[in-house]
Amino acid sequence: MTTLEQVFREEWGRLLATLIGFLGDFQLAEEAAQEAFAIAAERWPRDGTPDSPRAWLVTTARNRAIDRVRRDRTLAAKVRQLDASETAEDAMEETEIPDERLELVFTCCHPALALDAQVALTLRTLGGLSTEEIARAFLVPEATMAKRLVRAKHKLRAAGIPFRVPPAHLLPDRLSAVLAVVYLIFNEGYGGRGDLAAEAIRLGRALAELMPDEPEVHGLLALMLVNDARREARFADGAVVLLREQDRSLWDFDQIAQGRAGLDRALALGGRGPYVLQAALASLHVEEPQDWPQIAALYGELARLTGSPVVELNKAVAVAEAGDPEAALALVERLELDQYHYLHATRAELLRRLDRVEEARGAYDRALELVHSEAERRFLERRLAELQA
Amino acid sequence: MKYMLLIHQGDAPTPRDAEAWGRLSEDEQKAVFADYKAINETPGVSPGLQLEAPETATTVRVEDGRTLTTDGPFVAIKEALAGYLLLEADDLDAAIELASRIPAARLGGAIEVRPIVAW
Repeated sequence: MTTLEQVFREEWGRLLATLIGFLGDFQLAEEAAQEAFAIAAERWPRDGTPDSPRAWLVTTARNRAIDRVRRDRTLAAKVRQLDASETAEDAMEETEIPDERLELVFTCCHPALALDAQVALTLRTLGGLSTEEIARAFLVPEATMAKRLVRAKHKLRAAGIPFRVPPAHLLPDRLSAVLAVVYLIFNEGYGGRGDLAAEAIRLGRALAELMPDEPEVHGLLALMLVNDARREARFADGAVVLLREQDRSLWDFDQIAQGRAGLDRALALGGRGPYVLQAALASLHVEEPQDWPQIAALYGELARLTGSPVVELNKAVAVAEAGDPEAALALVERLELDQYHYLHATRAELLRRLDRVEEARGAYDRALELVHSEAERRFLERRLAELQA
Repeated sequence: MKYMLLIHQGDAPTPRDAEAWGRLSEDEQKAVFADYKAINETPGVSPGLQLEAPETATTVRVEDGRTLTTDGPFVAIKEALAGYLLLEADDLDAAIELASRIPAARLGGAIEVRPIVAW
């Protein structure tokens, strides 16, 4: 990776956030940031990389934006703040540059925007992904993604969505919206698109740095780190490999350790929210041997917190692993998740263990009717074949 | 920023429907009046006018130069506008906060927050 690419990855989000804070306009800020990087691409190889790339980029982008506003009076009317900035053309010192990435992330994840718009905006502005990259990651045409971004940026301005960290009484709800967006990005990647998972972890690290006292932020980062550490072992020959059958030599134990350190931090901060619990579960899952009674208890706590039947299903799996498939099956039979293929796959597995082969076969058939992922399908077909043998 | 808050009554009871209104406790009924009064007195709010029931609406269209009238609102009765107010606020969060205090929002209706075009 060249210096410029690296600087782009590290600085884009901060640069854009600073410019939006200063200009009060997303579109103008984005264009100015792009222009600054284009100038850097031309000058840095020739003149050398500046001592402080960040200060150079902010100064250059800001001056370009001011030039544009001066040339364009309709723009000037929109960007009122600039009138007062007489000294704006001075070069900036790095220490003068505020870090406004938090304002940016809370703005992008504002609940007045549709979830898909929140995700796209976050990846574009904070992550620096191009429209084309985001479109590819979400399997939509580039034109569709471009339209989604334009509409979202228009709404930000037209509806008066504030560029700020929400006040304390709004913060818990708004923070969970931010974390949900990052986790959604991660899960897109976890399903196989690894670059998005890496991007989500990068976003998670930035959030943990910006909000060091929020346990759920550390919990989410820990959860992503531990799960992602098993990425290489999760697939073999295009089929999903179950945790207990995974090749542990493919696990990234450094990353698991990083995740566990984050989890400890979250617990020390008194965290017991859904991401902290999920991180604790992820951490327990990679222990050998696994403490299934403890895992079942934590799933129970998480289910009470979220009311999610999917979590109940996971609890049932843990109960079975702890040695009681009969009780696990009773839990599964109570759940109303008929359209969820994992329910039927789990039910099939439990019936198989209880030697109820005919019923197990029926449940595998039902799971196969519902499954979408090719890797999951191959796994289920292999299971069904084993049952018939 | 200027916003119009469009109040959709939905299933929210009003004194116009004595039976539905009677299902609210006396305290809840008092709170509805008190809350509308407090909202109308909030700085930045220009109170709107309350509309008669959507059943009294007449919808007018002109097709090929002919004026066509139909009985009832343009949208479904449940989705019809019940009232509105104007708000001058710093940003959308402030508008959402005020909208969430409008009784219709918690009683089965909904508030649509629309920015007003600034010239």
